[in-house]
Amino acid sequence: MAEGDKATLIVHSGEFDKVYSALIIGTGALSMGMEVSIYFTFWGLERLKKNELDKGPLSRMNFFGLGKWMMKRKLKKTNVREMDKLLEDFHELGGKILACDMTMDIMGVDKEDLREEVITDYCAVGTYIKEAKESDVTLFI
Amino acid sequence: MTKCSKIDVLGETCPVPLVETRKAVRKSSPGDIIEVIGNHPESKEEIPMAVDELGLELLDIEEEGDQWKIRIKIPEED
Repeated sequence: MAEGDKATLIVHSGEFDKVYSALIIGTGALSMGMEVSIYFTFWGLERLKKNELDKGPLSRMNFFGLGKWMMKRKLKKTNVREMDKLLEDFHELGGKILACDMTMDIMGVDKEDLREEVITDYCAVGTYIKEAKESDVTLFI
Repeated sequence: MTKCSKIDVLGETCPVPLVETRKAVRKSSPGDIIEVIGNHPESKEEIPMAVDELGLELLDIEEEGDQWKIRIKIPEED
């Protein structure tokens, strides 16, 4: 792998559409031969809790859940792969999922609350910066 | 021994054709051939991009109506 063939994403938002985008970009980059790390922090970390991956609201036009319901119907009709399956794909293709340690402390999240089977590591900002420095693609979502 | 595998992604949309192609590549050995059949228009352009990025060999692309078939070869080791 050439140096720089790496993508590092931060998922700060916990909203349904944004987490979806992160997983699509992540699996896409892995498919193109890149190495990918996704850091889940703040509201994004909520989505790593058990059975919470697709539970966020839409970032726009959520309308108390009606907008999200319509979006989910549309995604199903268009045959877009479900978020859980995308996370499995990401894992299978060797992508790294990192959970922000500090967010866990602030929000009172324990390791047992999270889907430990998909989390590669628990870390802080230094790890992110080190990886981001080596990356060609960095995104804050 | 060289093996030929078929990936059917008909009716699938972004990013599934790319992801399934990559999974097949990861499971293959040098000299193997992978045949991907689908109908998602953008993937017909993007799978060859991934083939290039991954240093694989694009054998051919066949089209019939909306459907396409892409054949990829995993390079032999030197």
